Amino acid sequence: MPELEQLLRLAAQASVQEARLAAARARLLARADSEGLLDVRYGSIESPLGTLLAAATSGGLVRLAFPEEPTDSVLERLSSRISPRIVESPAALDPWRRELEQYFSGQRRSFQAPLDWSLIGPFAQRVLQATCAIPYGRVLTYSEVAAKAGSPRGSRAAGNALGSNPIPVVIPCHRVLRSGGTLGGYGGGLPRKRQLLELEGALPPTLEG
Amino acid sequence: MSELLPPFQHFLDTHSDEVFRLLVALVGPDQADDCFQETFIAALRAYPRLREDSDLRAWVLTIAHRKALDAHRASARRAIPVAEISELDRRSGPGAGEHDGRLWSAVFDLPGRQRSAVLLRCVGELAHRDIAQAIGCSEEAARRSLHEGLSKLREVLPCA
Repeated sequence: MPELEQLLRLAAQASVQEARLAAARARLLARADSEGLLDVRYGSIESPLGTLLAAATSGGLVRLAFPEEPTDSVLERLSSRISPRIVESPAALDPWRRELEQYFSGQRRSFQAPLDWSLIGPFAQRVLQATCAIPYGRVLTYSEVAAKAGSPRGSRAAGNALGSNPIPVVIPCHRVLRSGGTLGGYGGGLPRKRQLLELEGALPPTLEG
Repeated sequence: MSELLPPFQHFLDTHSDEVFRLLVALVGPDQADDCFQETFIAALRAYPRLREDSDLRAWVLTIAHRKALDAHRASARRAIPVAEISELDRRSGPGAGEHDGRLWSAVFDLPGRQRSAVLLRCVGELAHRDIAQAIGCSEEAARRSLHEGLSKLREVLPCA
């Protein structure tokens, strides 16, 4: 009795051609895209800091994650915070990929492709907007950024907001240092902060991490 | 709430193979592609409103079965007015290989509900409760259709 069921199962398995299924999936994503059913698209971006995971909505780049962050947990978080309609679509990240490549090769000093700020709370928005105003190659201290953000809560709250920056590099939280010239913290690890500051020519050679 | 729903990409990766397989068995390879589109587009539309504890596998296979019936009705309107999936063109059955041909031909000969029950069980590997829901009948009726369908197949296929 189970033989017949087994036979059917195997016959059905044999009937699926991988190429056909792949084509059906590609067609599906193109159609979902044209019907406006995709809320978040993600893909990887190669960089001197390692392979970054990037995600964008129709509003712009919403997340850039360092290689240490597990892809699954980044996607699950996006799923619960923005929408579960998330698909892999590397080409959708091209505008940011291009700007990041230019930035890392020293040919770009500011980012123009749009950002989606919806993962960032109101206070963090003020801090990160103040951070975005720091020019390429320049640095501010945590308390200076806090002051620019109009925060009575001071540098500690600003530090927390910077530490939760969902779009590092593009929102240049690496340009914020501790007063006294030490590096402070960095979500992607201090070696990466140093690397970015060196790329921008902002790091005096004597500076300690 | 959609807190624990997996990202759609993950859902698609996990289930696209079995959905496609079930559709090929239900409507044949030519129509399977269109039904696959319809199934996942419908799933994508409803996805954000799904309950987090939904059985995603049974859910998407149920949609696929419904889309297969829709496709069949659409083609039946153009040909014979029989609203069941048993009349599909057997030449386009899934057995592209020779030796599965007799099996699929026997499956295609089953009455619609029996055929649905057999394929939802053997290809979709759904529980009786889910088969009943997909077909829109009682669990008891689903069991009976499955049993009758399998018995008929055994009659025609002495090897099984």
